[in-house]
Amino acid sequence: MKIQTKINGHLREDEVEPRLLLVHYLRDVAGLTGTHIGCETSLCGACTVLLNGEAVKSCTLFAVQADGGEITTIEALGNHEKLHPLQEGFWEEHGLQCGFCTPGMILAAYQLLCRNPHPSREEIRKGLEGNLCRCTGYQHIVKAIEYAAQKIGSPDA
Amino acid sequence: MIPEPFEYHIPKNLEEASRLLAQFGGEGKILAGGHSLVPMMKLRLAAPKHLIDLGRLTDLKYIRESDGRIEIGALTTHFQIQSSSLLKEKCPLLPETAREIGDVQVRNKGTIGGSLAHSDPAADWPAAILALAGEIQARNVSSSRWIPASEFFVDLLTTALGGDEVLTAIRVPVAPPRSGHAYLKLHHPASGYAMVGVAAQVLLNEARHIESASVGVTGVGPKAYRATAVEEALRGKAPSRQNLEAAAAHAAEGIDVNSDLYASAEYRSHLAQVYTRRALEKALERAHGK
Amino acid sequence: MPSTILGKRIKRKEDPRLIQGRGHYVDDIKLDGMLHMAFARSIHAHARIKSVNVAAARSSPGVVDVITGEEIKGKLGLVPCAAGIEGLKVPDHPCLATGKVCYVGEPIAAVVATDRYLARDAADKIEVDYEPLPVVTDPEKALQAGSTVIHPELGDNVAFVARLEGGDWKAVESDSSLKVIKQRLINQRLAPASMETRGVVAHYSPGEETLTVWSSTQIPHILKTQLALMLGIDEPHCRVIAPEVGGGFGSKLNLYGEEGVACYASRKLGKPVKWIESRRENLLATVHGRDQINDVEVYVQPDGKVVGLKCWIIADLGAYHQLLTPAIPTLTALMILGCYHIKNVFVETKGVFTNKMATDAYRGAGRPEATYVIERVMDMVARELNMDAADLRMKNFPSPDEFPLDLPTGVTYDTANYQKTLKRLLKISGYSRLRKEQEKLRKQGKYLGLGLSTYVEICAMGPSSRMPAGGWEFGAVKVEPTGKVMVLSGTSPHGQGEETTFAQIAADVLGIPFDDVTVYHGDTFQVPMGIGTFGSRTTAVGGTAIHNAAMQIRKKMARIASHKLGVKPGELIFSEGKIHTRDGAKSMGFAEVAAEAIFAKQLPEGIEPGLAAHSFFEPSNYTFPFGAHLAVTEVDAETGEIKLRNYYAVDDCGRVINPMLVDGQIHGGLAQGIGQALWESHVYDENGQLMTGTLMDYAVPKAHQFPWFETETMETKTPINPLGAKGVGEAGTIGSTPAIVNAVVDALRPLGVRHLDMPLQPEKVWRILKQHATA
Repeated sequence: MKIQTKINGHLREDEVEPRLLLVHYLRDVAGLTGTHIGCETSLCGACTVLLNGEAVKSCTLFAVQADGGEITTIEALGNHEKLHPLQEGFWEEHGLQCGFCTPGMILAAYQLLCRNPHPSREEIRKGLEGNLCRCTGYQHIVKAIEYAAQKIGSPDA
Repeated sequence: MIPEPFEYHIPKNLEEASRLLAQFGGEGKILAGGHSLVPMMKLRLAAPKHLIDLGRLTDLKYIRESDGRIEIGALTTHFQIQSSSLLKEKCPLLPETAREIGDVQVRNKGTIGGSLAHSDPAADWPAAILALAGEIQARNVSSSRWIPASEFFVDLLTTALGGDEVLTAIRVPVAPPRSGHAYLKLHHPASGYAMVGVAAQVLLNEARHIESASVGVTGVGPKAYRATAVEEALRGKAPSRQNLEAAAAHAAEGIDVNSDLYASAEYRSHLAQVYTRRALEKALERAHGK
Repeated sequence: MPSTILGKRIKRKEDPRLIQGRGHYVDDIKLDGMLHMAFARSIHAHARIKSVNVAAARSSPGVVDVITGEEIKGKLGLVPCAAGIEGLKVPDHPCLATGKVCYVGEPIAAVVATDRYLARDAADKIEVDYEPLPVVTDPEKALQAGSTVIHPELGDNVAFVARLEGGDWKAVESDSSLKVIKQRLINQRLAPASMETRGVVAHYSPGEETLTVWSSTQIPHILKTQLALMLGIDEPHCRVIAPEVGGGFGSKLNLYGEEGVACYASRKLGKPVKWIESRRENLLATVHGRDQINDVEVYVQPDGKVVGLKCWIIADLGAYHQLLTPAIPTLTALMILGCYHIKNVFVETKGVFTNKMATDAYRGAGRPEATYVIERVMDMVARELNMDAADLRMKNFPSPDEFPLDLPTGVTYDTANYQKTLKRLLKISGYSRLRKEQEKLRKQGKYLGLGLSTYVEICAMGPSSRMPAGGWEFGAVKVEPTGKVMVLSGTSPHGQGEETTFAQIAADVLGIPFDDVTVYHGDTFQVPMGIGTFGSRTTAVGGTAIHNAAMQIRKKMARIASHKLGVKPGELIFSEGKIHTRDGAKSMGFAEVAAEAIFAKQLPEGIEPGLAAHSFFEPSNYTFPFGAHLAVTEVDAETGEIKLRNYYAVDDCGRVINPMLVDGQIHGGLAQGIGQALWESHVYDENGQLMTGTLMDYAVPKAHQFPWFETETMETKTPINPLGAKGVGEAGTIGSTPAIVNAVVDALRPLGVRHLDMPLQPEKVWRILKQHATA
């Protein structure tokens, strides 16, 4: 089946098998390997991307369901010259160790800050309920998101 | 991780969806948000030959009020319900339930219709819809009907939907004055599903006694159910701790209670009672506040 | 002069690529013509294989080959076990089963196809005809006469029995003034569950006859040797690369059958072959951790001084040995005395085969089990004698001037000040205030508990004499003509941030900017030798090798600069990218001296050109980091739900190179240790079916389940290495588990609850509450 998507601002058209998961489409067809796969049960959130501006688990959608959709992956959140404040926060506050969950964590945090620009620590933890990290114990991730919230909220951001 | 192959259909309207469903019989499955179905397909526990994606039927995404009722389109996401200001005012049990479902990403994509049609015994929506005495709209090519929630959940993963029927909407009454609500849930430590989930909706009379209470319970039996014995025990009663406790003791009465690694049937029955009492307490507190 | 860079909070070098999704993990590697592999696995825990029918799989779309156990017999070596234990029984462990299967998930056949979807489809079409055999999953039942024997050729299910004994037991046992306290403790089975599952890309080039393997591993060099042996390839033709590795926690300190089969398939087909483990496979067939039964007996003087400890360990090893399976429980024996100077010890460890996946290293690997035993026991002793748990511990600590301290277990603790960390913990947590609050709440019928744990762990593994295959580590430093520095390490960090730590170490020695140092690891063609990352050894052992190599560079550069500047080498200082005299009067740029060394125009006599050095650091002993933790828990008396309200930790891991990274290691360790205490348990039913086979069933902790961790570090340096660093990777996991259990038992003390087994799931707590309420 032919699908059209706009990934990180680029339009593309691909012929895909209906059962192809969105995450495999992004990784294997579009070559964007920043989105990871950590479980098979829609639980770990490593595959989180933004679909039409909302955080979704790309392992729980078929690529065909994203037909006509706009997708943002970690690769396009910021760039070398200007990291997104969340990326900066994760770097500043040691919000990652092995880095495998990180793209999904950052995009889940992106969703959180869109809806709640000044979350409490408890709200941050709740906002990460769909993302597992086995390395950090989450505390530095919470700090990273606090850092980003503050940075986004400050006038010189 | 990898589903079995299937044929994909994306009907342009409800009639087409219903026709396809009728055509494929048991080999066809409706795909709404996909957050109940796709995980099962990835584990190869479900392998429909045909998937009928309702993704184009955007007119099934709505929340509206008319004639003292709230009607919600089947494709409305959990997040839309969670964040609806109309619902927070008119039927706050629904947003309160929505925020306990899955996680942020699941709520962004998962739909109330998909969840109800899947009818997982530990899903959250059934408890709330039962407690609200809601109705569920089913449509096929030729007709449409409203099924009372109390008749909708038939058994484990089984609903009253006919083979060619598409779940299209849910409607619930607007919460009246002097009413209160609560959804309390003990999350399964791994899956986040309800080990026990209790939705309570109470109405006080002028004497501030319980005019009526309705209680939906999920996670406890093979399907969600209304704890009618609890409800009856509370009718006309003062909202005392003693009365609540006595009533809540009936929470799992007559139910074939689930047992798993995290909670035996005995413990789950106990949890059902405690969570029922606590949900009622919280609902009553809110009713008093109004 | 204090270091300008060691001990500083420096952001990680690894992060820019990882926060942009631009790192490369195994599944991100794509090669031309790459094929994909999927496995058919046993659905029975114990069965004879009557036949394996692969016809349907072979004719399935996209299938290139199907490989069975029969095919690889004699062509692909067995899965290796490196543990050296006297009298150890080692069953044959083929990469693909033939004849019989001994656990659910055991690989039986592999499909190679053009695409991962097609490979999975075909693997599901493999038909295996089984004849089920009796299953034994309970290690105590496996020990009974008449039990099914999993490997009949080995006689029984006992893989080994090891005894460790020290002191004068005759004297202890005849002393009637001693109180004896006994308890059975269970260290349940856990899943390491790194977020990245295992994965491998094997690429055999028929022309060059080289095998290149990308594997998600903690030990690329060991893997290279073992794969060369398994496949019969000359080792110099074999290259292993550990790309970004998405967590390991010990589970990737191994060589797995799937890796062997991928290499075999690539060599056979002349094409690259990729295998990426699914999460279900990961939970089934990647090594598990813990799984011990500990029967413990302590002998205590009336004043609280513990004089003897006996422990009988039954270690459930699973069906086969993986690389270090039998070695793990022997570490429990070694550390069973914790941070107490108990003069008499007896430990008997029995390794037992069962029809389950093998256990092996999981964060802490044997030491969390030991710490759990001794720390639970100390709380029981305190309770029995009606002493405060902190006071009892103080009473049994050796004094700081007793170190190095020889223990009857045969190990020598390097340095410690247990009193200091505990005192600090009591202070920062407001321990006495918490005790008062507890008393008040108890009067209101509320259950608040305080749980202490004072731990010591053994790390920086380790002296080669105590390790199966070398305990040294390799480090190299190379200065380029531009003055930029390349550091190579034989360790294989996978999240620990050693690219940063190592750069700090090299920059410190050479007096150059941190940004001028680049660290490489994980590629056996780039790093000539190495052992790997495990046992909290990477900084202490690997970092020291780099330190020592950098010192050689420094010495050589000083000689070259002194020759040019006309001063003595000893007068030169390396700082801020310059090599200069103390007064700054004479100075050369670091890059200038490097160019001098490499272009070799005017080298002093006796100095070879070039500027590269390496070191193999062999530590003389392990190191013994320690710390004190306190958990504060609330128990919901109605439902048994536990809330972890506060957590305090004071850890001493020796010299801290980067405090931010140390915090990160502690936090992550705490989460895993708390996870074991409260939620995690990998459960098989009596038929050997795994009940926790997905992350919907196995509870990996989530962000909202933890309180804010209040942590502090102290620094008691070790003399074992010049950095003074001890290691911190496992400390949090080791210290936290008993703190939680002690806290919950403490909360329930008014009810007379003496012990609860992990994980402390609500039902368990509710049952004991109910039982004690009716009693």
